[in-house]
Amino acid sequence: MTHAVSLDGVVKAYGDVRVLDGVSLSIPRGQLVALLGPSGTGKTTLLRLLAGFERPDSGEIAVVEPRTIVYQEPRLIEGRRVLRNVLLGQRRDAAAIERARSVLVEVGLAGKERAWPTTLSGGEAQRVALARALSNEPQLLLADEPFAALDALTRLKMHALVDALRVRHDPAIVLVTHDVDEAVRLADRVVLLREGTVAIDELVPAPHPRSSDDPALAALRERLLAALGVEVRRATLA
Amino acid sequence: MTDVTGALAPPRFLGVHRPTRRRSLLLRASVPLALLLVWQLSSVLGLLSPQVLAAPSEVIGAVRELASSGQLFDFLLASLRRIAIGVSIGLALGTFLGLLAGVGSLGEQLIDPTMQMYRAVPFLALVPLLLTWFGVDETFKIVLIAASALAPMYAYTYLGVRGVDRKIIEAARGYGVSGVALVREVITPAALPSLLMGVRISLSVSLTGLIAAEQIGTTEGIGYLVALAQQYFRTDYMVLCIVLYAILGLVFDALVRVLEQRAMPWRRESR
Repeated sequence: MTHAVSLDGVVKAYGDVRVLDGVSLSIPRGQLVALLGPSGTGKTTLLRLLAGFERPDSGEIAVVEPRTIVYQEPRLIEGRRVLRNVLLGQRRDAAAIERARSVLVEVGLAGKERAWPTTLSGGEAQRVALARALSNEPQLLLADEPFAALDALTRLKMHALVDALRVRHDPAIVLVTHDVDEAVRLADRVVLLREGTVAIDELVPAPHPRSSDDPALAALRERLLAALGVEVRRATLA
Repeated sequence: MTDVTGALAPPRFLGVHRPTRRRSLLLRASVPLALLLVWQLSSVLGLLSPQVLAAPSEVIGAVRELASSGQLFDFLLASLRRIAIGVSIGLALGTFLGLLAGVGSLGEQLIDPTMQMYRAVPFLALVPLLLTWFGVDETFKIVLIAASALAPMYAYTYLGVRGVDRKIIEAARGYGVSGVALVREVITPAALPSLLMGVRISLSVSLTGLIAAEQIGTTEGIGYLVALAQQYFRTDYMVLCIVLYAILGLVFDALVRVLEQRAMPWRRESR
């Protein structure tokens, strides 16, 4: 099997509202898909279906294992030190501990293994959450607006970190985001949901690492923003 | 008010004045010490008859008397032993049932209604029944103390577990953690503040259990001393017993404080 995710005609309704209304999508292994869409179009619902927290009303869902998840908040366990948080859900054998330590080094938190989560800054805590998600070598990483709560500078650093991490780790990634710049900066492919269905599904035409103001991305960026209801006026600097 | 001269001045201090540690300690101790002084003076001046209340100096005399015979130590030890065994049983059972009821809906439906009913019954109402079952010996005393500690421990454990952030539990489930591992790794540390509050409350309630237990069939323990004091009408011993219970209460409080510091080190390091 060469796919990490396969959705076929997935429908999910809450009461009378069909949040997902027949979504079909397959994601190859190792691909980073940015999932965009106006609020309430079912991005998070789709992610929760992939995580197994919800069941679809109809349609087929298949995902690879292992899969892990990162949220907007770090969701660390206050009463466990950083290393133990990273090892959540894993057998704590020597190999796993070694792996957890090296991932912590990769996210720039060497020496923080024994720190308590409450002593970390927001960016550090989110990097622990990222390390936790990567340390058991997932085939699929689900990320629900993972950088939305961070300040702008930290967010830029996290984007660079994602590029760096993808050199060594190659899970398929589903990145839910509101940020079009973030999407075109990081993703191999952008999927835009609108009214419960896939409205735009395109590959991003630029190699990694790239900048979000790469001219090759301008057209895509504009189309995405337009689909989200934002008119962009080109700056007319001669 | 505006300064009409227009000159700049440092802002008026609007913060809270924090007393120095020494001053605060002195202020805290002042009222109890003053009360003691008034009490002693009234006794010396004959305003307070020893029939009503023995003077503090006489209470100290009673301590000396009891300590020299070795009974003070023996009685304290006997009471402490009962409370240690009884409370341990009550805490263990309360925690176990609280976790079981708090974690799953099946446990909640099976355990919680019964425990809520049990909690509504004052444990002293169990005394006649426990006496019939266990006689007047040590078993009865320990069971009564355990019964007194059980209800608050259960209630605080259950509340604590219910109060754990669902989002963190969901995150852990996302990492494949479930069952016993979920309770051990995620729920227990998160519910720990509430669990320790349960220990604190259970310990203080169990003192009442101790008093009740030692009213019947004892030849040692603080409760026995209370009975003796009553029998011989010695107000100095009566006061002494109250002081002993107070000391026990303070010791338990200090114990829980140490436990809190040791069990929740992340609270100390938080910024």
